[in-house]
Amino acid sequence: MIARGSESPWRSSLRQLRRNRASMMALGLLMFMVVASLLAPVYAHLVAHVNPFPANVQGTISLGGKTVPVLQPSTVGFGVTPIGPTWHFSSYFLGADPQGRDVFARLLYGGRISLLISFSSAIICCVIAAILGMAGGYFGGGIDWVVSRVFDIVWAFPVYLLAICLSVILLTSGLNIGFIHIAPGSLLLPILIIAAVYIPYVGRPVRGIVMTLREREFIQAAVGSGASDWRILRKEIWPNVAPTVMVFFPMMVAFDMLTESSLSFLGVGVQPPNATWGTISNDGLQLLYTRPWVSIAPGICIVLTCAALNVLGDGARDAFDPKAKLRGGA
Amino acid sequence: MSSNPTPQSDRRGAGDDDAVLKVRDLSVSFATRQGLVRAVDGLNLDVAPKEVVGIVGESGSGKSVAMYSMLGLVRDANASITGSVVFEGREILGLSDKEMQPLRGGQIGMIFQDPMTALTPVFSVGWQIVEQIRQHTELTKTQAKERAVELLAEVGIPDARRRVDSFPHEFSGGMRQRVVIAMALSCNPKLLIADEPTTALDVTTQAQILELMGRLRDTHGSSIVIITHDMGVIAEMADRVTVMYAGRPVESGPEIDVVRSPRHPYTWGLLGAVPRLGERSERLATIPGNVMSPLDVPEGCAFAPRCEYAMPECVRRPAMTGGDHQHACWLSDEQRVAIGDRTKEAS
Amino acid sequence: MFTFVVRRLVSAILVMFSISVMVFLIFFATPGVNPAARIAGRSASPQVLAQVSAEFGLNRPLPIRYGLMMWHLFIKQDLTSYVNIGVRVIPQITGAAPVTLSLVLGAAVIWLIVGVAGGLVAAANRGKWVDPLIMFGGIAAVSIPVFWLGQVVGLLTQTKFHSVFQWLPGSGYVSFTQSPGQWALHLLLPWFTLATLYAGVYARVLRAELVNAMNEDYVRTARAKGLSERRILMRHALRCSLISVVSLFGLDFGSLVGGAALLTEVVFGLPGIGMLTYTSLQNLDLPVIMAAVMYGAFFIVLASAVVDVLYAVLDPRVRVVK
Repeated sequence: MIARGSESPWRSSLRQLRRNRASMMALGLLMFMVVASLLAPVYAHLVAHVNPFPANVQGTISLGGKTVPVLQPSTVGFGVTPIGPTWHFSSYFLGADPQGRDVFARLLYGGRISLLISFSSAIICCVIAAILGMAGGYFGGGIDWVVSRVFDIVWAFPVYLLAICLSVILLTSGLNIGFIHIAPGSLLLPILIIAAVYIPYVGRPVRGIVMTLREREFIQAAVGSGASDWRILRKEIWPNVAPTVMVFFPMMVAFDMLTESSLSFLGVGVQPPNATWGTISNDGLQLLYTRPWVSIAPGICIVLTCAALNVLGDGARDAFDPKAKLRGGA
Repeated sequence: MSSNPTPQSDRRGAGDDDAVLKVRDLSVSFATRQGLVRAVDGLNLDVAPKEVVGIVGESGSGKSVAMYSMLGLVRDANASITGSVVFEGREILGLSDKEMQPLRGGQIGMIFQDPMTALTPVFSVGWQIVEQIRQHTELTKTQAKERAVELLAEVGIPDARRRVDSFPHEFSGGMRQRVVIAMALSCNPKLLIADEPTTALDVTTQAQILELMGRLRDTHGSSIVIITHDMGVIAEMADRVTVMYAGRPVESGPEIDVVRSPRHPYTWGLLGAVPRLGERSERLATIPGNVMSPLDVPEGCAFAPRCEYAMPECVRRPAMTGGDHQHACWLSDEQRVAIGDRTKEAS
Repeated sequence: MFTFVVRRLVSAILVMFSISVMVFLIFFATPGVNPAARIAGRSASPQVLAQVSAEFGLNRPLPIRYGLMMWHLFIKQDLTSYVNIGVRVIPQITGAAPVTLSLVLGAAVIWLIVGVAGGLVAAANRGKWVDPLIMFGGIAAVSIPVFWLGQVVGLLTQTKFHSVFQWLPGSGYVSFTQSPGQWALHLLLPWFTLATLYAGVYARVLRAELVNAMNEDYVRTARAKGLSERRILMRHALRCSLISVVSLFGLDFGSLVGGAALLTEVVFGLPGIGMLTYTSLQNLDLPVIMAAVMYGAFFIVLASAVVDVLYAVLDPRVRVVK
């Protein structure tokens, strides 16, 4: 038998997470999605021989020796029906969208922005929420009052309504506060909006944890020994808050991705020429009955990514949240 | 396993026929990633009718796990439990949950350490007592409720008829422990297992609860196994005592013998550290070091690494020897006397 | 108790007030945003802009404009839409509310049944294959965008599996008073679509709560009392776990009735509160937005009050605190 020295809780939690097979599979799937999307500029032209951004209304491709237009006149009424999935990696694997653009290539590029938005929103959200929650819970008094009221009000507002309110107004005019100018089409707007609406989700639990920590002996001892607030927050509070934020993070990324796609679906999310899985799905809506893959494929990407993130989040909770640990006897 | 199974024939008050509980060579081990943890290793125990048997040891010595495993309350897929537990002449180790249920709460009552968390917070105490009575008897709801009121009055809860509908959080810690005791006694169990029943309580309440348990033993005729780390509780309550260290019994015998003339150095430590009633201390500070990690228990005497008197022999595991007063230690009686003299001179 | 109710009421009014101010400020005081431009359209001439500004009193001070709007909304109740000139706001809200209520009520029944059953079955079968299966279903359910699920469900029932689902009517809404049968049929797909996410959430939450509860000391006591595992789970653990599920339900129900169901409403073309809010937001029809948001806030605040009461009923510990 080997005697084991005590291990830092972080290390042992990480080890536990690494041993969780479902979580590791989810992580693998997630990494695949991320890498496939990030490398889109490197290889997308190999699967789609056309640029996925400009419209390609007059384009043609050769299929089985025949030359076929990408957009064909619709069989019913007006409009056009884009070419369906060729299931062939040379071109139009998933067919074309109403503007004749390659859906598969757009999916790869769209993933970049979807992932960019959801990850950066989640990071911003967790950072701000941790700062607010720690400040409110640690200092109490007036600071806590303001923080809690802000949380209450944002909390009392359905997330989507608040996000839509902000989007509607900011997407037409952009944001101009003092020296900060954000153009209406900027990706920063959806990122900031989505980050803002979820702050109470993370901030409230953080504040609760800090408030209970505040009463514990080791914090009181640190206060008594004259350590500065900054030092206590950094050395004593943060290490206890970090696991909670860790557990929330993958879940928030999934939330943010769903929110982004929903906002884009409603037309108040990401604006063209940028494309995300949400906007691509929205573009395909008018073709739902003739070319369903345009709308379904990006949805599948969203579901897979979010499911992977949620499985990962569950694994993180099992590993980092002591409450989920089995209680020993004796 | 140790070389010789303990001889039982010469034990007092626990003849094979009338023993309420007879535990032989009970071992509980958990398979963990770091290796096999032997939480309980070769425990023997005899409980005669109306007898109070104390199991004493520091926390982590396996005394609670031993009791839980007997009742099938160790629900860990990695646990393996071996040995024999005979209750009222019937082997109960390895019984299925269904077969155990009439025993649990019916013939064997349990009292837990922390009365603040032992009761379900959302049901009234009366409801919880009635639930147990109706689980084990044919009483109607009203009869069971009547019985619950009687029990609460018996354990000393004032105004029991009104308090029966109160919720656990509406009682103080001591009162809640009385409720737990009332519940454990509700079906007149043959055996009462009390796991650190006074540890979570303040000192005056401790004395009251011990006094209550002594009184109830007489009126209900239950045998009691009391688990504690507090030699004061043993001195107060127990007829016989088993001292456990690192999952192994190291000394056992009649309370008077063990307390007056302890033979194992660990018991010396415990007694030296005995907190007199009124000055409770959580740690038994006079024994140097702490209970070791259950992974590091040596092959030989488990206590040797902390023992002042460790000898070369201690690398081998000592068996429990002696008649009614047994101990597992390589020290000879002469050496003990010498140590005793030296200590006297020093003081 | 009286002071508690008063305190609760005051805080409810405060929250509603803050929400109305916040919405108002988002639309009229966001730096660099000109509401007139939004109302008049993207390429309006300066003359048109000035006209719009004057017409809607956009050049008067903010607090006065806010006060006027609230006065017309709540006291005189004659607030009219900016976009559909002359159309009163209040009747629009009262017309849309039953649609949303129908949608959310039906979905709530489904998700409560499915979610609670799923959580219970998973917790009871911990360590067997059923548990991970249900939990994987739960993860899938919370990972699907509602609008996409709505589309796919609509697509499948009307193309691939149309022969099976041909008894289903198209989208739209039929009121309950008009024909209860048609009402239910029209809402069937929206109900299940909306319920999917929440059923997943509730199954996951309940399972986690149950698993935690089963590690509590009182469960050990219950085992020592000789109760069966089934009774311990269904009585002791479930009763304690339901507390958090109920509070979750109150808040979800409130926010859905208050407009959060808008994605489902938009996908299935149901003219409910969410749809109304959404169209008014797109047109920057501020009076309608204000009314719809205040209506939503009212339900959310009401729901959290109801949750507090239910909490006290379910958890006796809270009763004392009051």
